[in-house]
Amino acid sequence: MAAQTRQAAIVGGNRIPFARSNGAYARASNQDMLTATLDGLVARFGLQGEQVGEVVAGAVLKHSRDFNLTREAVLGSRLSAATPAYDVQQACGTGLEAAVLVANKIALGQIESGIAGGADTTSDAPLAVNEDLRRVLISLNSAKTLQQRLKALAGIRPGQLLPEIPRNAEPRTGLAMGDHAAITAKEWEIGREEQDELTVRSHQNMAAAYDRGFFDDLVTPYLGLSRDNNLRPDSSVEKLAKLKPVFGKGEGATMTAANSTPLTDGASAVLLASDEWAAERGLPVLAHLVDAQTAAVDYVHGGEGLLMAPAYAVPVMLARNGLTLQDFDFYEIHEAFASTVLATMKAWEDPAFCKEKLGLDAPLGSIDRSKLNVYGSSLAAGHPFAATGGRIVASLAKTLHQAGPGKRGLISICAAGGQGVVAILES
Amino acid sequence: MSDWYRDFANSGVGNTITKQLGLPRPAVLRRYEPGQPLLPGPVVIGSAGEGRLRDEVTRLLRDAGVTVVSPVAADGSSGGERFGAVVLDATGLTGPADLAGAHDFLAPAIKRLRASGRVLVLADPPGGTTSPAQAAARQALDGLVRSIGKELLDGSTANLVHVPLGAEGALGSPLRFFLSGRSAYVDGQVLTLAAADLPGGEDADRPLAGKVAVVTGAARGIGAAIAKVLARDGAHVVAVDVPMAGEQLAGVANEINGTALQLDITAADAPARLVEHLRERHGGVDVVVHNAGITRDKLLVNMDAARWNSVMAVNLQAQLDITAALLAADGLLKPDARVVCVSSQSGIAGNRGQTNYAASKAGIIGMVRSWAPEFAERGATINAVAPGFIVTEMTAKMPFGTREVGSRINSLQQGGLPVDVAETIAWLAQPGSGGVNGQVVRVCGQSMLGA
Repeated sequence: MAAQTRQAAIVGGNRIPFARSNGAYARASNQDMLTATLDGLVARFGLQGEQVGEVVAGAVLKHSRDFNLTREAVLGSRLSAATPAYDVQQACGTGLEAAVLVANKIALGQIESGIAGGADTTSDAPLAVNEDLRRVLISLNSAKTLQQRLKALAGIRPGQLLPEIPRNAEPRTGLAMGDHAAITAKEWEIGREEQDELTVRSHQNMAAAYDRGFFDDLVTPYLGLSRDNNLRPDSSVEKLAKLKPVFGKGEGATMTAANSTPLTDGASAVLLASDEWAAERGLPVLAHLVDAQTAAVDYVHGGEGLLMAPAYAVPVMLARNGLTLQDFDFYEIHEAFASTVLATMKAWEDPAFCKEKLGLDAPLGSIDRSKLNVYGSSLAAGHPFAATGGRIVASLAKTLHQAGPGKRGLISICAAGGQGVVAILES
Repeated sequence: MSDWYRDFANSGVGNTITKQLGLPRPAVLRRYEPGQPLLPGPVVIGSAGEGRLRDEVTRLLRDAGVTVVSPVAADGSSGGERFGAVVLDATGLTGPADLAGAHDFLAPAIKRLRASGRVLVLADPPGGTTSPAQAAARQALDGLVRSIGKELLDGSTANLVHVPLGAEGALGSPLRFFLSGRSAYVDGQVLTLAAADLPGGEDADRPLAGKVAVVTGAARGIGAAIAKVLARDGAHVVAVDVPMAGEQLAGVANEINGTALQLDITAADAPARLVEHLRERHGGVDVVVHNAGITRDKLLVNMDAARWNSVMAVNLQAQLDITAALLAADGLLKPDARVVCVSSQSGIAGNRGQTNYAASKAGIIGMVRSWAPEFAERGATINAVAPGFIVTEMTAKMPFGTREVGSRINSLQQGGLPVDVAETIAWLAQPGSGGVNGQVVRVCGQSMLGA
């Protein structure tokens, strides 16, 4: 192993436009999307036949046949078939966690290059056999005599024909993620208008970024789509104000279909490498991955919000790097819901939360909103769970590179199961 | 898309029927494949007057592995081997009387030309003399060669290359091109060479090895064919197209081990972004092919400003802006760079409903001619290629009658293929083609339009 570690370089990225569920990509599988995304990355950086150190990716909603999703995607791509790959899954943190894993191996000198990514489809979602039927079928399979087989078959009931459909809900609470977020929004007194304002800004920022060609070297069209089809450039606070809340109950419910991310299909990939590997190939170094941190909260019994873990992860990472929350030129806070972004920022400004929950003497303070999600985020693009991390890492790295050397960016991504993944990039 | 009529005319029964009815009999053209000999048969070389190129041509052809025979042996005896090509050195012309020598040599030689044969006439440019009689004789070759092109059968072509005094050293690359299968659909053309310092020793099968080439509009059609042929000849291709075409573009780049660059070439910052990309990723560029083009057809009286402006922006202004930016970027354009601009038959002949397109494509010719001296000073070249009726997805959508007529009104009686345009561009991109500068090469099978 290398005596000294080094920072992994982010060379660039690729993603397919994100598509609203059951739309443009209704018939595309995770493997289709991930393969196309890898091929787009290969084309952008001339990696045909290249043996990359490792490809790490995953999907949150995954068919059992996709047990080796990433390796299968590599085999179907133009990368060398001798490129190893493995799957990871950390809910909405999957993409960023994959980038951290690749970066860490590069930092340790175990690999010189790697691709991190993720894909998710809510259209081509896995349906499982009804749990009762599954038990029957397993006993049928293990039956040795005709008598045993008939006995097993006798256990079949009409009701067992209903399949198990994956739900966007927490197994331990039965609540949808949006319902959890609504609880947090209420607790932090996040208003409807500020959520809608954040949403509109996300759409406007992303539309403007598309118009100025920012995504030209970050996105490759797929199946007739060349922009995220959730993007509403003409979105306005007045229009959003007319929508009825969909999460939370009764008076004070603030979360609508607009200020919450819709179910989306898509895939993304990021190329990371050592500086030397990039230089040998004439490839750019957009930024380095400086550090990363995960955290988890007890949202079941501990009274913390499901999506508040990044609020805990960030101060740990800041302390380790001797930084304050204000020492960043750009902030990328994943917009699972507008209220999540606002609650996280409010928590960092809150003396009581920072003292009691984070154990800090003073609050982390506020963030300059003009530096937040400057080319839009998940509310505009959509959020194919495992693909969001790659989208953010590549876009932020490019933004930092364009801003010049020594610029710093913070990424904060909340995930199901009360988890959070955060990271620092620097150009 | 296959040419059903050509296939029919070349079938047993089709052969008989088309012959008896006097219908067009398009041939299956000899097209280049790597490793292929330059010609399928020997070359016969003759002179009109006391020419100065015969020894040089003989040497060049022998170096290329071609058997050279002299007209004396080829003439009288019957049943001899048929020729792959007939080359006339007409640099000795002093007046019209010498043209009889051209006739005496060409007539029996062309009788023994193989299918997909080549007639190539080498001469001094008419402008380079003070004698009206000599100028007349030289200019006469123009009419002679173009008429031969129209008389030749079975996919054979005739072309004329002007070789001014001092430009003899630049003859090798054009000579090989016009005789080879690369020029399958180039017919009835007149090219004027210029003196140039040329590097030697390029690999005949990979003349672009180590070169970096940019091709705009590379996602499909002619652009994709250009990218593929340049890559086949050894270049690393940076395939450029609008972001909307990115999926197909990535497919092309991956097929040829090139790279994809999604860029709207009409964007204000497009030239700067292209310069930055080439500098960062490749340190410079050797070959630039301005191929991207659009049509927005409408009769002039019905044409709105949007149609006019978008065609001008993509087809002409972007070529001007990008070329200017490449020239201005210090050291980016390699000293022996090759820029090839795709013009069109419409730009030469005009076309109903295409005032905007034809104007833009004619403009390209003006641009190329204007820039040629500056490029020559750098040891670089800039040329235009004007495709005629080329069979693409676009022509497949034309009405049957229009398409059939459009594709037959040329000496080869068939439409060209994207690869024919690509081969011509790849030839102009070769290091050895430095003597070809400021020229317009039509790839049109000697179309009757604008000829």
